[in-house]
Amino acid sequence: MYAQMVKTDATKVRSLSEMTEQERAFQERIDRGEKIEPTDWMPEGYRKTLIRQIGQHAHSEIVGQLPEGNWITRAPTLERKAILLAKVQDEAGHGLYLYCAAETLGVSRDELIELLHAGKMKYSSIFNYPTLTWADIGAVGWLVDGAAIMNQVPLQRTSFGPYSRAMIRICKEESFHQRQGYDIMMKMAKGSPAQRRMAQDALNRFWYPSLMMFGPSDKDSVHSAQSMAWKIKINTNDELRQKFVDQTVPQAEYLGLTVPDENLKWNEEKGGYDFSEPDWSEFFEVLKGNGPCNRERMEARVRAWEDGAWVRDGLMAHADKRVAARTAAE
Amino acid sequence: MKKEWPLWEVFIRGQHGLNHRHVGSLHAPDAEMAIKNARDVYTRRKEGVSIWVVPSAQITASDPGAKDALFEPSMDKIYRHPSFYDIPDEVGKM
Repeated sequence: MYAQMVKTDATKVRSLSEMTEQERAFQERIDRGEKIEPTDWMPEGYRKTLIRQIGQHAHSEIVGQLPEGNWITRAPTLERKAILLAKVQDEAGHGLYLYCAAETLGVSRDELIELLHAGKMKYSSIFNYPTLTWADIGAVGWLVDGAAIMNQVPLQRTSFGPYSRAMIRICKEESFHQRQGYDIMMKMAKGSPAQRRMAQDALNRFWYPSLMMFGPSDKDSVHSAQSMAWKIKINTNDELRQKFVDQTVPQAEYLGLTVPDENLKWNEEKGGYDFSEPDWSEFFEVLKGNGPCNRERMEARVRAWEDGAWVRDGLMAHADKRVAARTAAE
Repeated sequence: MKKEWPLWEVFIRGQHGLNHRHVGSLHAPDAEMAIKNARDVYTRRKEGVSIWVVPSAQITASDPGAKDALFEPSMDKIYRHPSFYDIPDEVGKM
């Protein structure tokens, strides 16, 4: 999931009878499956939670360009390079759709970016892991984008109109990302012994961080329950993780690669795989900023923002000057 | 100096013969850059043949609270729809 552990400010989910008349009318609209639009009345908690969630999602798309961008100049063929460029450009586009959706809630994009740079907003834990070999680019597309799709497909039905519309656009484009990743994995897995080893190594390193993307179990979380009542979260973290494992294991088998989990076993009764939980202490360390690449990612983001400031200011000054010249001429 | 680029609403004509449709918004310093950015952000996969951009601040929207006053009156004018009228089969297609 690109947004992890989003807080709602709720201490409990209130029933319809405990709500004010306005809140009840709002909840009933959501229950009927109506979309909430930016100018409609909404509870403050709904607005704030969405800003946090969509903002975190947008930041993830933007920071997510860094691990893959690392390989654009090193892609093994011109075709792979063109594909990777297109994919990374898509991620920038996805970030922009999402920032715009967040902005309809009364926050500006610059404010969100400044909150990220000040460490007051987060992005997905997954982008704090390094991409050490070309096979990692395959694993990222296959597993990371695969996990993102798991989460984003149901979010197309989310209650907030602009978020839902952004998700629909994103989902249309995301399938290419996963397939190009799997295509890289197929090439490597059917290649030389050295390529096979690289593919297996990439799977080994990205498996558990991909499972962490869905966040820890939230079956007892009041935030999760509130978000689900508001339909800004559609499935529990455990449901999505299970679906992801069930979908991915056969894909790994097709590649002839081994999922790095001794406990992985088909469970006939539940109709899904049993699997090991990732190391959640590692996850919390990464969230705190102590993952392998947290500092590098934030430094790259802040540098890009600061180095680009003169361009942004220059273009704005030029536009203002032209407006002033036109007004003077009239 | 620090000033955020203004917001623009983007409208795309998907195919020849269709209306421009609102697809989203973006930030740009001026109209020319807004068109260039819209091309990159909203038409990476042949989504359109024409782009309009309008400063978001220039959009006037109807008041969501006035929804009933604006749209309710058309609900009881069912005679505006062709299905309101029963035309005998003998008359033929109309």
